[in-house]
Amino acid sequence: MNITSYLIRGLATGGQFALVAIGYTMVYGILKLINFAHGELFMVSGILMIYIVADLPTLPIGLAICLMAALTVFIGFMIEKFAYSPLRSAPRMSVMISAIGVSYLLQNLVSYITGGLSKQFPDIPIIGESIRFLGIKDKLTVFLSPVIAIILTVILVLIINHTKFGMAMRAVSKDFETSQLMGIKINRVISITFAIGAFLAAVGSVLYFAKNTGINHFSGANPGLKAFIAAVVGGIGSIPGAVVGALIIGVAESLAKAFGLADFSDVISFGLLIIILVVKPTGIFGEKTTEKV
Amino acid sequence: MSDNILEIKTLNVRFGGILAVNDISLDVRRGKIVTLIGANGAGKSTILRSVSGIVKPVHGEILFEGENIMGLTPEQIVKKGITLVPEGRRVFPNLTVLENLKMGAYLRKDNYDNDLSYVYRLFPRLEERSWQSAGTLSGGEQQMLAVGRALMSSPKLIMMDEPSLGLAPLVVRDIFSIIRTINENGITVLLIEQNANMALKTCDYGYVIETGNITMQGEGDKLLNDERVKEAYLGKSRNG
Repeated sequence: MNITSYLIRGLATGGQFALVAIGYTMVYGILKLINFAHGELFMVSGILMIYIVADLPTLPIGLAICLMAALTVFIGFMIEKFAYSPLRSAPRMSVMISAIGVSYLLQNLVSYITGGLSKQFPDIPIIGESIRFLGIKDKLTVFLSPVIAIILTVILVLIINHTKFGMAMRAVSKDFETSQLMGIKINRVISITFAIGAFLAAVGSVLYFAKNTGINHFSGANPGLKAFIAAVVGGIGSIPGAVVGALIIGVAESLAKAFGLADFSDVISFGLLIIILVVKPTGIFGEKTTEKV
Repeated sequence: MSDNILEIKTLNVRFGGILAVNDISLDVRRGKIVTLIGANGAGKSTILRSVSGIVKPVHGEILFEGENIMGLTPEQIVKKGITLVPEGRRVFPNLTVLENLKMGAYLRKDNYDNDLSYVYRLFPRLEERSWQSAGTLSGGEQQMLAVGRALMSSPKLIMMDEPSLGLAPLVVRDIFSIIRTINENGITVLLIEQNANMALKTCDYGYVIETGNITMQGEGDKLLNDERVKEAYLGKSRNG
């Protein structure tokens, strides 16, 4: 493999991480909560895909993906309703502990259902097939991931900046109470934020697991952690930041492999995180935290 | 229909066991400016926040146009025609001036272009800066934006919590003249102020609140000349 193919694989992983990272950054933007269960939700959506394809073999794969995405969104929504919403006025630490609890709950639930064994991700036609592009032979999902991630990000940013609902989201992210005084139902805005994050994680999981075949109950931990690092590196709360951060992490880890440092890929990601936290604690796109009263 | 647009009856609000508002009853006449004055922590803001549905009172009644609105959500209360300009302005700093105004009209399904041009006529400065993010405005401009935003909901009753707080004296004068203009255009105003002098000069009727209780009430100029009010809130001593 030459350096270009490593670069493209890096962008692919970066694109997949980006779709997960957006979920972290959006939830943080609105609730100031690190949703630790988000990586597990990513894993759950992969497991759902496996069971849907196995149990409904006649269902066309496109519909199976839609069903899986709908279920993932539903689970994301329920997590918020039952684990975070009742703690709306509790200290932030309580909500974070609740998030850690949900994360273990999902892991253990999946381990119980699968018996802790690794399950084979179904072959996804088209995106799972190998093609040759720019002289590089790889699965289509590798070439497609960064493109899909960027298209979905652009759509999301347009929604947030140019629609009434997007305006409400930006308002709620700054001030719950005043948003309520405007007549915004903040719980609805928060639910929809979780739903969007879960949907993007579902898309990301198809792209990610279509090349990495086996999934077990720990499969969400590493992508979840990397996506979280990406969100922090990019500036947590910023959507473009999450994408840029994820692409940087993806490429950095892939280049590490190119230079025979595959064992050090975690070192490189965490190293980047530490450097960013020291040099620019708010991240690449992060806003200043000082606010005029 | 009764002359009172808003009637509060024996309202009780608790904050963590402390009685912040204790059996308060007050009336706001339709088309008037009514003010509540009193020291910090007397419970004034809590009353307005209860009317808005942000704070849940323990018991009492809040009648708006004769209908009990206690227990409704903030959203339902805005729909009835009540709006609150919160203390400290609370504009959305990350939204543009125009977006802030649109947020005020969030629940409206009808066309609000007329209200937008009305707000721009009241505050020409906001039109000049409509594309600027609200966080970059001066304190006075932010207060104007907060009032403009409230007007965008096309309210029958506008409640203002300390609109003069932290503003330069000239700006304070502007704000009070705007309050009068808004009122002359038919909107009832319920105003909280620490600047008791300005508030009593502007209002038709005033209530004095001390530690959760109403201790005095009367027409603005009557209160302005009351010895006890003078001493406690206007900084003039009895012998001075």
